[in-house]
Amino acid sequence: MSDKDTTEEQQDAAVAVEETPAVDAPMERGEAGRRRLHEMWVAGTEERADVRHFTDEGAQELLGDEGPDVLAIQRGTVVEDDYEFDDSVDAEERQIINMGPQHPSTHGVLRLQIELEGETVRRVKPIIGYLHTGMEKTGETLTWLQGPTNVTRMDYLSPFHNELAFSLAVEKLLGVDIPERGQVIRILMTELNRVSSHLLWIATQGMDIGAISMMIYGWRERELVLDFFEKVTGLRMNHNYIRPGGVAADLPDGWEDDIEMLLRKVPEGVAEYREILDENPIFLDRTYGVGVITPAECRAYGVTGPAARASGIDFDLRKAFPYSGIDKYEFEVPLGKHGDVLDRYHVRIAEIDQSLGIVRQILETMPAGDYRTADRKVTPPPRKRIDESMEALIHHFKIFTSGFQVPAGEAWQSVESPRGELGVYVVSAGGARPWRVHVRGPSFAHVQALPVAMTDSLIADAVATLASLDPVLGDVDR
Amino acid sequence: MADEELTEQTAEEAVAEEASAAPERELPEQAVLAAIVEPHESATWQIADDEWVVMVSAGEYHSLAAAALVNGFATFIDLCGVDYFRARPRFEVVLTLLNYDDPMRLRVRVGVDGDEPVVPSVTDVYPGANFYERETYDLFGIDFSGHPDLTRILMPDDWEGYPLRKDYAVGSVPIQFKDAHKVQ
Repeated sequence: MSDKDTTEEQQDAAVAVEETPAVDAPMERGEAGRRRLHEMWVAGTEERADVRHFTDEGAQELLGDEGPDVLAIQRGTVVEDDYEFDDSVDAEERQIINMGPQHPSTHGVLRLQIELEGETVRRVKPIIGYLHTGMEKTGETLTWLQGPTNVTRMDYLSPFHNELAFSLAVEKLLGVDIPERGQVIRILMTELNRVSSHLLWIATQGMDIGAISMMIYGWRERELVLDFFEKVTGLRMNHNYIRPGGVAADLPDGWEDDIEMLLRKVPEGVAEYREILDENPIFLDRTYGVGVITPAECRAYGVTGPAARASGIDFDLRKAFPYSGIDKYEFEVPLGKHGDVLDRYHVRIAEIDQSLGIVRQILETMPAGDYRTADRKVTPPPRKRIDESMEALIHHFKIFTSGFQVPAGEAWQSVESPRGELGVYVVSAGGARPWRVHVRGPSFAHVQALPVAMTDSLIADAVATLASLDPVLGDVDR
Repeated sequence: MADEELTEQTAEEAVAEEASAAPERELPEQAVLAAIVEPHESATWQIADDEWVVMVSAGEYHSLAAAALVNGFATFIDLCGVDYFRARPRFEVVLTLLNYDDPMRLRVRVGVDGDEPVVPSVTDVYPGANFYERETYDLFGIDFSGHPDLTRILMPDDWEGYPLRKDYAVGSVPIQFKDAHKVQ
């Protein structure tokens, strides 16, 4: 290839990157319905026209006609700690308030420094670290088999995904194959976990914007799923069930009945939520065109998962880089169009349906066989052997105390968690403990993108925007 | 005379051979990866099923990241540090990028040495690297030159030391249990 070709290709690629289609203006959709709602609820109580000019469009005005300095601050590439008042703005018009770390709707201990001009958010600085417990350092002191116990506590609303990503990364280094039944059990648990996590999201999102009853309803169906988790793993959260080499135990007898009950009751519940929220004028007004993130911003800031798909990015790790045989099942990737809070709601509701569809397929096609690998370097001997053989007992003891050795190397594995791309980067020096465990939590990137979504919108929308990105602070701070 | 000509010819040939040998650096078959790697002399690469791994020096790291952006790796995924301790170079910064349109993962590994290692910041290329570089600075003490706000992010502002370095002990906090002396 000649140099000329290369430059031309690069230029083409550059043009392609720049030409990412912008998000449609939210006002374009359902103009008549919007006007009807407006007359019903808002007419007569409008804000001043000049304020509405800034605020009603939400954060999509971010990349507008501001100068590069202001843009850099909004993007977060320039951060100003010491605030100086603008000459043009009266000192009484701007103030800094701290939201959190103990605010009930910050979903953990997150602190947002918000600079307000009237009721309009002008600048946001997320401050994190209040929940930092050094879990990556702890991970270096635990054996490979103890690793899932550690990572499962990071994103505590989707523990199975943490365990799966870690286990797959370790298995990449080990080079072991997992029997089909073990893989299918992993998919079953992670997809149910997606359902339970999204149910909790709907509950908290509803509560954060005033639909308190949603809080109770969401927890009700989530509890059914957690009951199933408890039956299988012994714990409602922090399961340590998916481990390098397979899963900890086979499914209990009668699991099919529980799944059938879930497949019957959860959709009933979801239908109820949709009845409460879909046409609810207050819910629509609080979510429509609020907290917009464009596809280009999603790429630049690493916003992934349902939040990126709500902006119209057609990307799902389960389709692009299938893991544990998830490509055997049929499911669709629901997409949004506008990248606002309402689209994130619709995408998550649709993902619940798709995940339940995968669970239904698993129920019909669950293969028989072993639930963990037969590789005795990784898996302890069966329980019966331990009763008859001293060597088997020693073997079992050694695996759970000294652990097994993993060949030196580095591996990256990511899975599609309910929040986005959950990546695990492990480095092995050949020993029984990891040399380095790094977890790329989706929430970390989402918290970083908060200024993009919040700037130049109303302070009342800040909570709705924050909740819609679904950050889990255990995952952010680790 | 004839001898002199001969020597000149040989010398010319040798020069020509050298000239042809220098640019013949082996390049990967994948056009996109080749476009990223080619302008950077220190770059070496490995290819796996769904990911490309590129090793590059700290000097060429920034322009390689920019080349990756131009060649379709528009999604910033992750940046983290690794402390290999007794190995040289001691530290490594690992940048992970993703291409949505043609699903492929690119991992850029940058080796860097010294007690106060310095790596150029890529926040101007990928704004999302901001928090990740702050985290790597916080936990490894790697200085990202050109970063707009390189402060501690997870640890308290007045913390001393860099916790994820291998020469930083895990440590412990003594706890006084009530009536511990009565238990025998």
